[in-house]
Amino acid sequence: MGNDLLNMIELRDFNLPTTKNEEWKYTNIVPILKNNYVLGASLGYENYLSLPLNDYFFKDFEFYKVVFINGIFVSELSDLKGIESGVIVDSLSNLQKNNSEFLSIHLNKYSTIENGFNELNNTLATDGLGIYVPKGKVVDKPIQILYLNGDNNENVLSVPKNLIVAEENSQVTVIANYRGIKGREYLTNALTEVYAGKNSIVDLYKIQLEEENSYHIEKVQAYQEANSLFNHYNFTFGGSITRNDINTCLGDENIESHFYGLYLAHKEQHIDNHTFVDHAKPNCMSNELYKGILDGQSRGVFNGKIMVRRDAQKTNAYQSNKAVLLSKSAVIDTKPQLEIFADDVKCSHGAAVGQLDENSEFYIKSRGIPQDIAKSMLIRAFAADVIEKIKIDELREQINHLVFEHLNRVEVKNN
Amino acid sequence: MLVIKNLKANVEGKEILKGINLEIKAGEVHAIMGPNGSGKSTLANVLAGNGGYEVTDGEIYFEGKDLVELAPEDRAREGIFLAFQYPIEIPGISNATFLKTALNEVRKYNGKPEATPKEFLDLLKEKSNVLGMDPQFISRSVNVGFSGGEKKRNEILQMLMLQPKLALLDETDSGLDIDALKIVSNGVNVFKNKDNAVLLVTHYQRLLNYIVPDYVHVLSKGRIIKSGGKELALELEEKGYDWIKNDELIEEIV
Repeated sequence: MGNDLLNMIELRDFNLPTTKNEEWKYTNIVPILKNNYVLGASLGYENYLSLPLNDYFFKDFEFYKVVFINGIFVSELSDLKGIESGVIVDSLSNLQKNNSEFLSIHLNKYSTIENGFNELNNTLATDGLGIYVPKGKVVDKPIQILYLNGDNNENVLSVPKNLIVAEENSQVTVIANYRGIKGREYLTNALTEVYAGKNSIVDLYKIQLEEENSYHIEKVQAYQEANSLFNHYNFTFGGSITRNDINTCLGDENIESHFYGLYLAHKEQHIDNHTFVDHAKPNCMSNELYKGILDGQSRGVFNGKIMVRRDAQKTNAYQSNKAVLLSKSAVIDTKPQLEIFADDVKCSHGAAVGQLDENSEFYIKSRGIPQDIAKSMLIRAFAADVIEKIKIDELREQINHLVFEHLNRVEVKNN
Repeated sequence: MLVIKNLKANVEGKEILKGINLEIKAGEVHAIMGPNGSGKSTLANVLAGNGGYEVTDGEIYFEGKDLVELAPEDRAREGIFLAFQYPIEIPGISNATFLKTALNEVRKYNGKPEATPKEFLDLLKEKSNVLGMDPQFISRSVNVGFSGGEKKRNEILQMLMLQPKLALLDETDSGLDIDALKIVSNGVNVFKNKDNAVLLVTHYQRLLNYIVPDYVHVLSKGRIIKSGGKELALELEEKGYDWIKNDELIEEIV
């Protein structure tokens, strides 16, 4: 049992942010600190193999399958058959063993340590997923990664560290699917770096459906080369406290970046999305659309920073964040931050917070449709412009379903 | 069918309807005309149960039932339909979903079975033909990306699908070019029969060239100040609303 003691992580040893830190002003992480955590790596995953893991995957479309349990790669459950030669999808630990070249070039090159959570990941991550798409290759199906977290007996800490590298003229779609199992409180602290090479296209979906008694922290840091396109789709449903940092650096010209986000909170959930779009070079375009639906006593935070550096002339940067409050006690704090040091740019941001529109509700009810369905229609309508951005048709309707399931409201489907 | 007695209603605390009396029987077409701000749209919204309007006095009976306490969805199921002046866009909800949900809710309330997919599609085809609507519209989101004319046509389509007993048309002619006006009017004329009734709310007489009313009422400052046959609309067109207002003034002095 001595080993278990060795593997207990004392979070207070790390310099985790407090609400005195401007970037963490609205997100109090004290509840996370009350537990001592056991690293996922020390738990093993044998007990999980009997779970119906396939049920956790988004389905009805083809994908390459990767399974992580408490941050540890499970090769026997993963299925990468048929993936194009030259494309590498493997666990970080295997790649490190084999001295993979792309790792030495790219790992830890884009994300700097900004706070204790980044440090925690850097110090403790022994595994994660590395994806390498060589020059000119197009990965024909999405790579769907199931991150299943939580344990019945221990407060488990999962610290996956991921790296996605898309070389020149390549294309890849990744779906990061975070799920939990009912049990003790647990913490997921992930870090994902993305390198989008010249003229590459990287679509990264994140769908977070962790358990309600869990804590979820992730930082995504992308770096984009000339003419690349990076799309990040961020759907948050689960977790007691969630903090996402989604950052991209537009390091050359003619780059495009899109950040789409939809977050749904109820009960006492807390969801904090921080985004940072860093325009370093001219002639680039970024567009950000975030929407929140908050019910119960939940709290949302949106902080969207756009930096346009002195060289970044002819930048087009847009940001819109909207939230709808379904209850009187839900709260949202939003803060757009535009820092513009170039003079020939087009930048705009808009924020709106409100309730479901009464006039629209009356319109629907005036057709004989009851109030609960009318409200569900308006919830779907509110979320529609984010959900419609999902490029995988089958995924779109499954996300719509989750919206109603999560809010415990009658579902409205198009058929 | 509809009996309104001394109806008074407020919007945001301000009294807009100041004692309306009106009776509409099955088979009749009534037109409510009046200048902007006279309370025409308020009357239509109050009848349909818009929560933004507060009834402070008076009575509304529809087929013998007290409407005032009835929720808007129940009024719709009882057979009242309001074609909106500004139809609402609902992204992410297809016209098919919207229409099918509405149709089945109305049917359920009236003790009828839900429409089968075939019944629904047949009905939809028949009704959208009347309005010359492209069947493709059915998979598009409700009113999203529709032109003003398409939105008004969609309102009439919803009416034809739901087959209400009383149709309230709130400025359905506004923003329509002459071709669209003809199509929409034709839809209303196809709809009306001896068992249902239509209440048109309009600022202009031109709609009444296509939908001929049995009665015309002039609303001013929250009251019906003059009622007559269809010829009253023509008189109004010719002389303007000031003529009535002066008339009213004289009546009051006398």
